[in-house]
Amino acid sequence: MTDINSPLPATGSDADDAPLYAPRRKIHPQAVQGRFRRIKWTVLAITLGIYYLLPFVRWDRGPNAPDQAVLIDFPNRRFYFFFVEIWPQEVYYLTGLLILAALILFLMNAVAGRAWCGYLCPQTVWTDLFYAVERFFEGDRREQIRRDGSRLTVRTFIDKAMKHWVWLLIAWWTGGAWVLYFADAPTLVKELASGTAPFAAYLWIGILTLSTYTLAGHMREQVCTYMCPWPRIQAALTDEHALNVTYRYDRGEPRASLKKSIAARAAGGKAGDCVDCAQCVAVCPTGVDIRKGLQIDCIQCGLCIDACDAVMSKIGRPTALIAYDTDLNVKARELGQPETFRIVRPRTILYGALIVLVGAVMLWSLATRDVAGISVIHDRNPVFVRLTDGGVRNAYTVRVLNKTLEARRFSIGVAGRDGLSVEAVGVAASREGEPVVEVGPDQTRELRLLVTAHEPPRVEGAIPLVFTLTPLDGGRAATARDYFRGP
Amino acid sequence: MTTERGETHDHSVDPVTGTTTTGHVWDGISELNTPLPRWWLWTFYLTIVWSVAYWIVYPAWPLAQGYTKGLFGWQSREAIVTDLAALQAQRAAFGGRLAEAPLADVAKDEQLFAFARAQGKAAFGDNCAPCHGAGGGGGKGFPNLNDDDWLWGGKLEDIQTTIRHGIRWTADDQTRIGTMPAFGRDGVLKRPEVNAVASYVRTLSGLQPAAGADLALGAKVYSDNCAACHGDKGEGKQELGSPNLSDPIWLYGSDVVAIADGVWNGRGQAMPAWSGRLDETTIKALTVYVHSLGGGAR
Repeated sequence: MTDINSPLPATGSDADDAPLYAPRRKIHPQAVQGRFRRIKWTVLAITLGIYYLLPFVRWDRGPNAPDQAVLIDFPNRRFYFFFVEIWPQEVYYLTGLLILAALILFLMNAVAGRAWCGYLCPQTVWTDLFYAVERFFEGDRREQIRRDGSRLTVRTFIDKAMKHWVWLLIAWWTGGAWVLYFADAPTLVKELASGTAPFAAYLWIGILTLSTYTLAGHMREQVCTYMCPWPRIQAALTDEHALNVTYRYDRGEPRASLKKSIAARAAGGKAGDCVDCAQCVAVCPTGVDIRKGLQIDCIQCGLCIDACDAVMSKIGRPTALIAYDTDLNVKARELGQPETFRIVRPRTILYGALIVLVGAVMLWSLATRDVAGISVIHDRNPVFVRLTDGGVRNAYTVRVLNKTLEARRFSIGVAGRDGLSVEAVGVAASREGEPVVEVGPDQTRELRLLVTAHEPPRVEGAIPLVFTLTPLDGGRAATARDYFRGP
Repeated sequence: MTTERGETHDHSVDPVTGTTTTGHVWDGISELNTPLPRWWLWTFYLTIVWSVAYWIVYPAWPLAQGYTKGLFGWQSREAIVTDLAALQAQRAAFGGRLAEAPLADVAKDEQLFAFARAQGKAAFGDNCAPCHGAGGGGGKGFPNLNDDDWLWGGKLEDIQTTIRHGIRWTADDQTRIGTMPAFGRDGVLKRPEVNAVASYVRTLSGLQPAAGADLALGAKVYSDNCAACHGDKGEGKQELGSPNLSDPIWLYGSDVVAIADGVWNGRGQAMPAWSGRLDETTIKALTVYVHSLGGGAR
């Protein structure tokens, strides 16, 4: 850093005067084995397995609903998720899910930094898979660098072409799986295979193919570094107790090659455990040097831990030179103070409690939600009608909702004033003076409801009315409020 | 190098960014040469090619007479016709059932009834609402279709006949005509008689007569001139279209002035015949809709 008060160098070649734009440095991450690599493969297999296969999971809901476990049914405006069926007006459950997801993300961050970024984020999972494909066809890091640096041979061209072909296949399958969430999966697969699927299906497969191929194949770590907001938010949310992938510089520094460090130690001098082999940099999928400390490009996937541990084991030094640790502990060890690990602290307790609370509220509201509903709109023109016998009548447009998967019968009653009679236009059935209507499974029915006050009414202003929808099978009633108006 | 306009042309490299400059310098500020990305340029060329292709394929240029038709003769009007045909086809399933179903049976089928009401509501908004109001609430001189007071009958068949042939619509030879004569203007009744009968008519539906009104004279005038059409007790006759004077519903208002005005000048609002202007299925849907507003008689 140049002191801003010092006179500017005449040549203008100072580091601060470097171009503001950096061309992208292509990253060739090296293959690595170890604990975190195994965890990442496992997570990759599980998450991709869920993504690709979930649409084929069946869930029997009886004859009046689709039997796909997870289905977003746009034409019929329903969302099915195993035992849950959501109507459009219940989208607030989605809001609840998003709140829950955000809180879980916060908790993960408070416990172990960017665990989401390193293991679970789709961008990471697909990019990881694409890197594996790249290494399969083009060889490991050194091979790739050598090939990229030399003239294009027929062999390299074929390998690269194969890589892009497989990438596109994966991307295409990704898009293909995406559309299966929006229609009956087995049927749509058949339609896709026979070329009779709706145009939207092909369009979305195309879009998802393109986005997957671009994001996972070409943009890779740039998505995390430049496009994603989470690293910025995460940096503001984290604290000194959160575990992060940390280079323990208290142990590693001063770094020196194996020979020099052995010589220095033999001479009674100080030499750290880091042998500066740069394996941690070589394996990094975002190309950072973890030894520079916590940085925004680091997705904390732990692969540098695996790489370093392998080297340390080989040269007979203790592992965990890079490990999940906190800066606080690094400093503490430097000062000879004890380490502290505080997973349970106000922050994590708060996030945990909020997750439990939001989850409980959602479950409770889901379990106790009404499966019958009624909504009422008063006629605007005319607001009321005088009848030949001197009575007054108000008309309402009523919609009855039946969220169960069986047809149900309801009676509709009105309370709020003595001597009111209720009639639903076109409905002959009644019970105790209340019209009885049948609503089909998982459907709504609109009715015109006439409420009449036969005695000469003394209506001043508006009389509040309560419309009660009573299921004849004994289920819970639903109510709606409106007014009765007269001259 | 300085031009006549004072610009300096010097294609040097800007030291800060490493970018070449265009050589334009104003007040010591030089313009960097950052050419458009190649993909942008090619996209731009592509749009030009696209537009030329568009001219050729679609109708584009106006000519002295007509216009260039395009390769395939595409027309927006044709596209609308196609869309309308598609809509008709979509409606055909229910529309066909509605056309065939007897009028009385429409309400028995829940789905058909809902379809008829929806179509009737749309047709009502397009054709009837200007006079009868958006919800059929009516206005002075235009009957409220929500109440149970019908001039020409409120059964399904009556409503259908009224919509088909109109009222006092002389262009239709089946239209129904009932005339309230202008008793005063034509010299049949004198002003005191008209005032007296107006007050008397108010009492038929329980309203107060005007102060000091000669009800005996009114009753006599009524039975001599009005009862023939409106009935002895003012109950009206739907076959003549004569209003019921004994209920609380008044098409032109219930005050003495309004009633006297009707007796003096007569009444006779016309309703157009819709047969021929609307197809039979639409009239059927309108009939069902109006009947279902609340006042329909069985």
